[in-house]
Amino acid sequence: MTIEQLHGKLISKEIKVEELVHQYYEKIEAKDKDISAYISLCKDNAMKNAVLIQERINQNKDITPLTGIPMAIKDNMCTKDSKTTCGSKMLENFEPPYNATVVEKLESSGSILLGKLNMDEFAMGGSTENSAFKKTKNPYDLSRVPGGSSGGSAACVAADMAVFTLGSDTGGSIRQPASFCGVVGLKPTYGTISRYGLVAFASSLDQIGPITKTVTDAGLVLNATAGKDKYDSTSSERNIADYNEYLKKDIKNIKLAVPRQYLASGISAEVKDSILNAINEYEKMGIVCEYVDLKLADYAIAAYYIISSAEASSNLARYDGIKYGYHSENYTNLIELYKNSRSEGFGAEVKRRIMLGTYALSSGYYDAYYKKALQVRTLIKNEFDKIFETYDGIIGPTAPTTAYKIGEKSEDPLEMYLGDVYTVSVNIAGLPAISIPCGFDSHHLPVGLQIIGKAFDERKILQIAYAYEQQSSFQGLIKEAK
Amino acid sequence: MEYEVVIGLEIHVELATETKIFCDCTTAFGGEVNTHCCPICTGMPGTLPVMNEKVVEYAIRAGIALNCEIAHFSKMDRKNYFYPDLPKAYQVSQFDLPLCKNGYVDIEVDGKIKRIGITRIHMEEDAGKLIHDQWGTGSLIDYNRCGVPLIEIVSEPDIRSAEEAKAYVEKVRSIIQYIGASDCKMQEGSLRADVNLSVRPIGQEKFGTRTEMKNLNSFKSILRAAEHEQRRQISEIEHGNIIVQETRRWDDTKGKSYSMRSKEEAHDYRYFPEPDLVPIELTDEQISKIRKELPELPEDRVNKYINDYQLPEYDAKLLTVSKNISDFFEQAVTSGANPKKASNYIMGDLMKLMNQYDDEAIPFDGDKLAKLISLVEAGTISQNIASKVLSMMYETRKDPAAIVKEENLAVVNDESALSEMIENIIAQHTKSVNDYLGGNTKAIGFLIGQVMQKSKGKGNPQMISRLLEEKLNKLK
Amino acid sequence: MKITKHTVDYVANLARLNFNDEEALKLSAQMEDILAYMDKLNSLNTENVIPMEHVKPVSNIFRKDMVSPSFDREQILRNAPVKEDGAFKVPKIVE
Ligand SMILES: [Mg+2]
Ligand SMILES: [Zn+2]
Repeated sequence: MTIEQLHGKLISKEIKVEELVHQYYEKIEAKDKDISAYISLCKDNAMKNAVLIQERINQNKDITPLTGIPMAIKDNMCTKDSKTTCGSKMLENFEPPYNATVVEKLESSGSILLGKLNMDEFAMGGSTENSAFKKTKNPYDLSRVPGGSSGGSAACVAADMAVFTLGSDTGGSIRQPASFCGVVGLKPTYGTISRYGLVAFASSLDQIGPITKTVTDAGLVLNATAGKDKYDSTSSERNIADYNEYLKKDIKNIKLAVPRQYLASGISAEVKDSILNAINEYEKMGIVCEYVDLKLADYAIAAYYIISSAEASSNLARYDGIKYGYHSENYTNLIELYKNSRSEGFGAEVKRRIMLGTYALSSGYYDAYYKKALQVRTLIKNEFDKIFETYDGIIGPTAPTTAYKIGEKSEDPLEMYLGDVYTVSVNIAGLPAISIPCGFDSHHLPVGLQIIGKAFDERKILQIAYAYEQQSSFQGLIKEAK
Repeated sequence: MEYEVVIGLEIHVELATETKIFCDCTTAFGGEVNTHCCPICTGMPGTLPVMNEKVVEYAIRAGIALNCEIAHFSKMDRKNYFYPDLPKAYQVSQFDLPLCKNGYVDIEVDGKIKRIGITRIHMEEDAGKLIHDQWGTGSLIDYNRCGVPLIEIVSEPDIRSAEEAKAYVEKVRSIIQYIGASDCKMQEGSLRADVNLSVRPIGQEKFGTRTEMKNLNSFKSILRAAEHEQRRQISEIEHGNIIVQETRRWDDTKGKSYSMRSKEEAHDYRYFPEPDLVPIELTDEQISKIRKELPELPEDRVNKYINDYQLPEYDAKLLTVSKNISDFFEQAVTSGANPKKASNYIMGDLMKLMNQYDDEAIPFDGDKLAKLISLVEAGTISQNIASKVLSMMYETRKDPAAIVKEENLAVVNDESALSEMIENIIAQHTKSVNDYLGGNTKAIGFLIGQVMQKSKGKGNPQMISRLLEEKLNKLK
Repeated sequence: MKITKHTVDYVANLARLNFNDEEALKLSAQMEDILAYMDKLNSLNTENVIPMEHVKPVSNIFRKDMVSPSFDREQILRNAPVKEDGAFKVPKIVE
């Protein structure tokens, strides 16, 4: 059931918060041993909160659309006094002494945190295979990956082990798993949701966003989590009261751009078919869809991996075995403590990116790599701006393929990186984008349609996504997820 | 061969803000270890910095007072390196776009004015402190100082002697104190200087290889370290050795510097723009507003002292070297003290005492000096006793009147008590008495001195001399 | 760009990481591959293009200079693997 539907039942007292929370823990009990979406559960707290929130509902006090709704968050958002691992051995036992701003906001909205979700270590990866703890399975096919890095967050919603979840998206980490798991994943404009308390991967690209079953739900979660935060200098002052404001507005005047480069080489035939069908559906609604050039799309991955790895190399330098986190037992001096703690505590992909990023910033290479990537970043943003002078949104695939087999790609890092081809430029340009289900391939694996919008134009992309969701025959098929 | 020394200085100054640069923790000095800390200043995962507006304001004030151009666009950068006192493993600092650049300050050495260029002033965060644990088994980290705002003032290599280096630091310190940007307490580490020094044969244009001595925190150590390093480099060269570019540690107790090369490695700080902070953009209006509100600088006060208080230039300059002293002087004058008299006490007794106790400030307020001066003017105490009272004030911080009373230091005006003393002296010193009576009137001076001594300096001199003359004349 | 063992060692030391010979060999090959891919950026002319450090052109975000209570020391130290006398502890640092 969706947030919208459950909200009705909670308010009409058809169902009690405690019952609902209990039901969700039963579902988790039944399904998560196969899916492995959760890293930790906070059942005692959740049950306690359920009682308090029910009291709120009984008194009809401070009710929001999320009041009493069970949810879960990616394990890279800090929860006070309870473990926040980032999917890493490095932070296996880390208990932050403070809450992330999103956690505070969700708590005050009255939604109930069920637990924390699996992810690629420090959000680096596209399959959740880089978690230090477990591999999350795709609910549509347990032999396949759920995508990543927010694989736990997407699989959790697909298997209905929470009504909604939060993920984080640095280069596609919300949208790609949403696509693989047949759910809705929204990456808001950079600065929309506070990053305070989100364990940093790449500060200039990271953004938290909702993973939900419907477009409406995504807007509802955005309403509860967006807004200026005095603890995040990069959070936006923009104050949008209702991101769902345009959902039901007439969309006849909307013009969509389809980048040719997004349907060229590298995309699987079946994914391409689904996207072409979706374009067809939009045209049937009377929306103009036109092919455009996004020439720099090919350069986005290179720029993205330089920028994100460089920032990561600095952001992850603080894990040194001294203040928190994994501490090697094997050292005789400070430098050994540093090197051994970091080498034993981080996984291979994280180390690889730290190496890449350190290299790109090191003396003599800064201009050739980091500065060059930032210049290309300017060019990519300009190219998007140009398109948005004419079009309201850009549509195309979220990922070049559907979910692949566990272990299928994990050996070749570059090949993994190339899977982010349609998502990273959105982070590079700081734009909002949503992935919504738009069909199945022949293995009955979901395909995701990505809709990219102008900066701070979430309302528009939600409207465009909603229109498709209402018309498409895909609606309803989500129930088939195991 | 004759050599010339070339010195450039980097001065780190802790700003006088209430809170740290990126979080709301206090900057107060001396708290229990790790009690002025939060997740932000200890670099916990997920935390983000937000710039303290006062840091920017103080840094701009410093830039203006040191004749810099203030940047209309400036940004923060990360300087990456691992050290346990740096919890994020990067220091947020400024790299290519500092807030202030191209300034200067005029110093005076041996009566000659010299202009020292200031390359740049940038903002950055301070690091924590390492303490050796009591068992000697490891080092302990205290993050209280971590995140305290600093400005780093980088000079041009314009300094040509250790004395100039010291004068430069004194001048910069005084200016920073005047504008209220920092208390510059060197003992508490609020002002530390790094000395970059090289030598070259006189006439050679190319700079020699330089060494750096970090974290010197007294004028004395700056002077001694620079002198020592200059001698060391010249001697190395004269012995046919080459100077290695390195960081050296100055040991002030041993009066020696040590190479730190053993633990040093290639510095590759991988500076890049801090993505968690937004740039600082300033309009001309914002800058000129701060300029207008800038507190009085030493030069302003020198002029005021010469023109309004009729002090000699020498006094005016000496009094204004330190803001503490200048403030003290102004308090005394506002409380009614004669400016020249106040100046004499400060430049004489008080500066001596400050030197003796190695103090950076006088431990009582200027109005107490004014009270002391009025006690002298009223004849309650003598000039000599005033010096004694002043040193007691310095030690006890008590009111001068209270000290005079408690210590029974007021001038003795009691005629009968003095008469008795005089009679005793006359009886004891018959030779001088006879000399006087024999026509040597100068002999009375000795007798007056004896009475003064007897009265422990408290006797009213006029009264003593009148009484003595009366009594001696009776013996004629 | 050739990534030699020496480069891997240099960068690993800067990043405070250890790699054994086998790992270093694999890593240098992977880095070489990835960097070769990144070199495609060189085909773009970026002369006079301003590097984009922030995606949103915002400046001057400040906080007021007002003290809030700091955290309890126990909270600051709770995750520290080695601590002593209210402080984080590291192996002795010799200067
Ligand atoms: Mg510095
Ligand atoms: Zn703090």
